[in-house]
Amino acid sequence: MPDEPVLPDSADAAGGASREEPLAPPASEAPSPAEDAATSTPPATGSGSGSTSDAPRRGLSRRGMLGLFGAGAAVGAGAGVAGTLGVQRGGGEASDATVYPFFGQHQSGITTPVQDHLHFAAFDMSERADRDDLISLLQDWSYAASRMVAGLEVTVKGAVGGSPAAPPDDTGEALGLAASGLTITFGVGPTLFEVDGTDRFGLAAKRPAGLVRLPAFLGEDLQREHSDGDLCIQACADDPQVAVHAIRNLTRIAFGRARLRWSQLGFGRTSKTTADQKTPRNLFGYKDGTANILANDEAALTRHVWVGTDDQPWLAGGSYLVARKIAMITESWDRLRLAEQDRIVGRNKGEGAPLSSPSGVENDAPNFAALAASGKPMIDRASHVRLAHPDQNNGIQLLRRGYNYVDGNDALGKLDAGLFFLSYQRRPDDFIAVQRSLSTDAMNEYLKHLGSGLWAIPPGASEGSYVGAGLFA
Amino acid sequence: MNRTSLTAALVAVPTAALALSGCVAKADLAASGGPLTVTSDATTCQVSTAKATSGTLAFTVTNKGPQITEFYLLADDALRIVGEVENIAPGASRTLTVVAQPGNYFTLCKPGMIGQGVGKAAFTVTGDTVAITGEDAEQKQQAVTLYAAFVKDQTAQLLPAVRSFTEDYAAGRDDAARAAFPKVRAYYERIEPIAEALGDLDPRIDYREVDAKAEGLDWTGFHRIEKDLWVPAKDAKNSDDSPAWKDWEPSTPQQRVTHASALVADVQQLYDYVHGNDFATSLNEQGVAGLSNGAISLLDEVATTKITGEEDWWSGTDLYDFAANVEGSKMAFSLVRDFTLSKGDAGKKLVAEIDKGYAALEKSLADHGSAERGFTTFADLTDADKRALIDDINALAEPLSKLTTTILG
Repeated sequence: MPDEPVLPDSADAAGGASREEPLAPPASEAPSPAEDAATSTPPATGSGSGSTSDAPRRGLSRRGMLGLFGAGAAVGAGAGVAGTLGVQRGGGEASDATVYPFFGQHQSGITTPVQDHLHFAAFDMSERADRDDLISLLQDWSYAASRMVAGLEVTVKGAVGGSPAAPPDDTGEALGLAASGLTITFGVGPTLFEVDGTDRFGLAAKRPAGLVRLPAFLGEDLQREHSDGDLCIQACADDPQVAVHAIRNLTRIAFGRARLRWSQLGFGRTSKTTADQKTPRNLFGYKDGTANILANDEAALTRHVWVGTDDQPWLAGGSYLVARKIAMITESWDRLRLAEQDRIVGRNKGEGAPLSSPSGVENDAPNFAALAASGKPMIDRASHVRLAHPDQNNGIQLLRRGYNYVDGNDALGKLDAGLFFLSYQRRPDDFIAVQRSLSTDAMNEYLKHLGSGLWAIPPGASEGSYVGAGLFA
Repeated sequence: MNRTSLTAALVAVPTAALALSGCVAKADLAASGGPLTVTSDATTCQVSTAKATSGTLAFTVTNKGPQITEFYLLADDALRIVGEVENIAPGASRTLTVVAQPGNYFTLCKPGMIGQGVGKAAFTVTGDTVAITGEDAEQKQQAVTLYAAFVKDQTAQLLPAVRSFTEDYAAGRDDAARAAFPKVRAYYERIEPIAEALGDLDPRIDYREVDAKAEGLDWTGFHRIEKDLWVPAKDAKNSDDSPAWKDWEPSTPQQRVTHASALVADVQQLYDYVHGNDFATSLNEQGVAGLSNGAISLLDEVATTKITGEEDWWSGTDLYDFAANVEGSKMAFSLVRDFTLSKGDAGKKLVAEIDKGYAALEKSLADHGSAERGFTTFADLTDADKRALIDDINALAEPLSKLTTTILG
């Protein structure tokens, strides 16, 4: 019966749940969500550029938990417990069901509308790992990632579908949770290519010239446990547990080949990448990312974010990621009078409008030449907004994607909090130029840079291939 | 190190539908009448035949579609998975090997990994029920018997070693007792899960002061003696940060005699147990799974208590215990190693990974000494040293955690 397309136990409750409970009313109310997924076309990204990235899909078929456990129980009465077909992780509301594609021209998680939560992780290759281990790791990671972003478990057997005598392939904490807009973005650091002249993986010739440790900047107190790494993974999702599940399982997959070096949780995105996202606030209470590069601004993306043909060929269509863990001295900041806070930022706290725009609209372009009655610039020369602005940096723009973090408190009772800054740019030099420009930033008194890392972000993988394949071509 | 489970689950887990036919005579391999081929594309899942003879079936699945695909052999309820192979890239082929009993099945492909799949088709297996040979059972029993002998031998060495050690301790020959302490413990640490399964014996022999306090027990055993032999400074702290001298002072000669004879009596009880029928019965009931689970739990010991330095708080001899745990784990594994190798490609691959894991861990451990020459005191290990050791343990423990299912599968 090769032409029969649908299993009798397809989607929804008909599978496992019905084994234990009376059948729900006939499922006539709607076509199965899976059919939606199969027949609907992803919304266009707006620019019509043909870019494959980041068009969300919605409404994938998900067998609920009842189905999952119902089937398990029924079979479990026998000697062996088999998996159930097509178990997908969870139900969840429509808004959680956003799925961003893993495969495509660019990796997801860059221009993707910024999700609410982050788990970022840096890894080092194991001392004994060789080139084949690296390749197999990147392959296994990509495969697991391609499943998880679709709301699936890391393998078909997953958390409960395998042998009871074996540890489950999937750790299980995301069972019942939807894809939640998860994106998983992989990067490769300078040390993957060469360490002290040693070319461990035969990649030295592939190292982009700009992929070296970032230079020292003013105001740094960099700590090894928040810095660098041979590899990095940025997992973003609208549900924090989904992001953590991704990093946890990818870490487990890496055991023996790569080891977790450090990781960071983030919440409350501090940037937007689409015009309809509201500009969020950082922990200083200010809107952050008003002038970010937006996902539909193809010209700006090409100019500022995507690596072109002037770099290593394997990196074309990729980008460079800078991560900075920037502690905020919140106690001192909170005691500043409002006018001083506004002066330091260069925008007002309420609306986020530039101080040159007293009428107060966030999206007004800042006018750095505007003078106050006193004869001083309305936007202070040392303000953050001025020093970070493209006008002061030869037009350089970074695609920012940072998150707030709070890691509890320190021994002195101070909030251990700040900004986990993430920016994507076409050249590391772009970040370096902006960061140098910020050396006189009045905000520096309230910041301390604890961590730093630079990674090259390979372009997206085609279906069946893996992120980073170009390195070994 | 590769993880077979992720690249592809090449060998299926037998299920109820297959009557748990884990062990098959080689003659059955020919029964199916050659390899079966499956072609998967975006909308179809073509199997070269819809019928086969019972025995070992190998489906070679070729993906001619544009997306990653999966192939399933489902039981007659079209729900339970009898076997599956996943992550078949466009243009690639993978093989699913299953031992199929007579019955009705379904075949199905799932291009794109999500949804209900395509090309579901009936698949019938005819012929005789595949017999389970006696060969495996013998091999399993032999492994269990050898492990029992190992445990007996360790306790047989432990008992006189404890006698000698406690005599030195009771007589105040502290230098000799300190030198013997980590070496005597090694016999115990190699078989620790056995004693731990006995309930109250391990607490009496091996509890740390903080454990005994937490459970309201009289503190006895190795670690009570340890604190007498490595008397803490007046301002030292226990592992729970309480003052070391709170509710404690060095044992009097009379108390030493009491602690010494208590430890000997407890170890004697352990010896008697493993040489008796109850132990043999218990081990036989667990079968080879008992060995593989023992190998795993010994590594867990290392990961949770040894690498933190909380086991031998006063002597700092944790690395001796560490090494002994690893030796015991490796011994248990070695007895099921050949058996695991007989489990097809998955078994061979797993053994290769585990072998590599033990070798790497032993090499890292050797950087810090040996039981014969002496190990570095735990306090002298740097954080980087500990990190390297825990990385090696993680690298070994992941494949080792799949041992039980592979040998039972």
